[in-house]
Amino acid sequence: MGRIQLKGVRKAFGEVIIIPSIDLDIGDGEFVVFVGPSGCGKSTLLRLIAGLEDVTGGHIEIDGVDMTNVPPAKRGLSMVFQSYALYPHMSVRNNIAFGLKMAGQAPDVIKQKVEKAAATLNLSSYLDRKPRQLSGGQRQRVAIGRAIVREPKAFLFDEPLSNLDAALRVQMRIEVTRLQKQLGTTAIYVTHDQVEAMTMADKIVVLNGGKIEQYGSPLQLYEKPANLFVAGFIGSPKMNFVTGELARQQGAATIGVRPEHLKIERDGTGGWQGTIAVAEHLGSDTFLYVDAGPLGMLTARYIGELSLHAGDHVSLVPEPARIHRFDESGNALRG
Amino acid sequence: MARAHSVQRKTATTVACWLVGLVIFFPILWMAITSFKTELEAVNIPPSFLAFDWTIENYEIVQERSNYLRFVGNSILLAVGSTLVGLLFAIPAAWAMAFAPGKRTKDLLLWMLSTKMMPPVGALIPIYLLFRDFGLLDSRGGLIAVLFLLNLPILIWMLFTYFKEIPGEILEAARMDGATLWREIVYVLTPMAIPGIASTVLLNIILAWNEAFWTLNLTTSDAAPLTVFIASYSSPEGLFWAKLSAASTLAIAPILVLGWFSQKQLVRGLTFGAVK
Repeated sequence: MGRIQLKGVRKAFGEVIIIPSIDLDIGDGEFVVFVGPSGCGKSTLLRLIAGLEDVTGGHIEIDGVDMTNVPPAKRGLSMVFQSYALYPHMSVRNNIAFGLKMAGQAPDVIKQKVEKAAATLNLSSYLDRKPRQLSGGQRQRVAIGRAIVREPKAFLFDEPLSNLDAALRVQMRIEVTRLQKQLGTTAIYVTHDQVEAMTMADKIVVLNGGKIEQYGSPLQLYEKPANLFVAGFIGSPKMNFVTGELARQQGAATIGVRPEHLKIERDGTGGWQGTIAVAEHLGSDTFLYVDAGPLGMLTARYIGELSLHAGDHVSLVPEPARIHRFDESGNALRG
Repeated sequence: MARAHSVQRKTATTVACWLVGLVIFFPILWMAITSFKTELEAVNIPPSFLAFDWTIENYEIVQERSNYLRFVGNSILLAVGSTLVGLLFAIPAAWAMAFAPGKRTKDLLLWMLSTKMMPPVGALIPIYLLFRDFGLLDSRGGLIAVLFLLNLPILIWMLFTYFKEIPGEILEAARMDGATLWREIVYVLTPMAIPGIASTVLLNIILAWNEAFWTLNLTTSDAAPLTVFIASYSSPEGLFWAKLSAASTLAIAPILVLGWFSQKQLVRGLTFGAVK
């Protein structure tokens, strides 16, 4: 079991308030991603749940038990750090076994569990090596092994893939997701990478300035962003925002259209007119950065190759059903 | 041309380094040479450098007159004892300052260091009186306590510098793995800091070994280390240069050997953290 509830959790460092007040309910077995720009408090929130930082106010409950003042060692959670944080003087085997040893488990049980975890993560042939003899990806796997071997109530991941190169990151992303589904253990994953958030999460918590902007499934966030911040943060390339007369015609202060929901027409007369400033041809996609005069720079995405180039004139027609409307304070308008 | 220039420079630097090294080492060398002279030759003007009748009679007399090994035993006990007791306090203290610093940690560190700036003689009378009243004069326990307290600031400072270099996340990982504070220090922090702890220990042993002020003032015979052994040769009957030299050579020999074999560690220790 691993249900984690935050009730009015507050954190301040001296005068500086990092997290004003957060309520959150994370269900057993869910993969929840905290995402937000740097300094939004996502890592702090994770460390509060881990017990590595003390809360200033509020309560943290794990499986209904108040754990607010319980030391990290006794919360039954395990954590994977950005820097891996392996014990450099111990072999891979001892790194993975450390938590079990601390829990006072029998040596033969420890051996069996370590080998099982190592097999799951393809580490069996590295068990007697020291961390410094491993590559980044292997180190990350050891850190994950150390987390899973203890069969915790929940995994806490603090930007675990950000030190890996792009290709490895994608591969590890898939491995972590698969492993979590296989084990069925609750996971909280902190990242600033919205692609990681979208691909891995059952539910995403979008944080900004210590506040939850929106909590929901990846597609809910994509299709029904609660406000301008979420609309701009989720989705790549970023959503286009248009203010002024065009927005007022739609009864909104700002309207937003995702690049993939703009129909690109050569020499068209309808929609939003502009000149291509930059065209990116990826083969699978074509991204156009269009200078649309008073509307500013707009981004349009075309699936597949589109032979348009810088300087070409285009018109961008938004799909009417895919236009997001926001009021003056940035909140989404529905209906 | 440039190459010849650089070879010249290198030679000049090497010669200069050797010269400086020799100047620094000369008193020790002179002491060692004097210890093989007769008392008469030792005070001869002009002194003879190597051309004299080499003799080991000073060593024989020194050995006859006093039990060298007992002094060595005391020196080892005091130096190692005070260092071990010091570690027991310094490791947790340095841990707290490096990983759980408070608002006043920096001030505390500076204040600790400032105690080393006070001339020890300023504290002699109160400490002497305390020793007298508690019956600690000429006791090994009492002297270990003084030496340990004397060097504790340096121990803490050095360990603090090492611990600062250890990523806090590793200790947090240990905490998440269920390690208690004590186990975190014993199983994770200490093994990772072994090189740092080793050079701190070495330096502290050398400092305690050479400590003369307190050992001379607080001991007479039972707890007397090698410093007292050397001092006993500058007696009211007059200075016996050759015997004094022999005693001094014997006194520094063990620490010289220790220093020789651990110089790599020591240099690394003293410059640690100076360059990232």
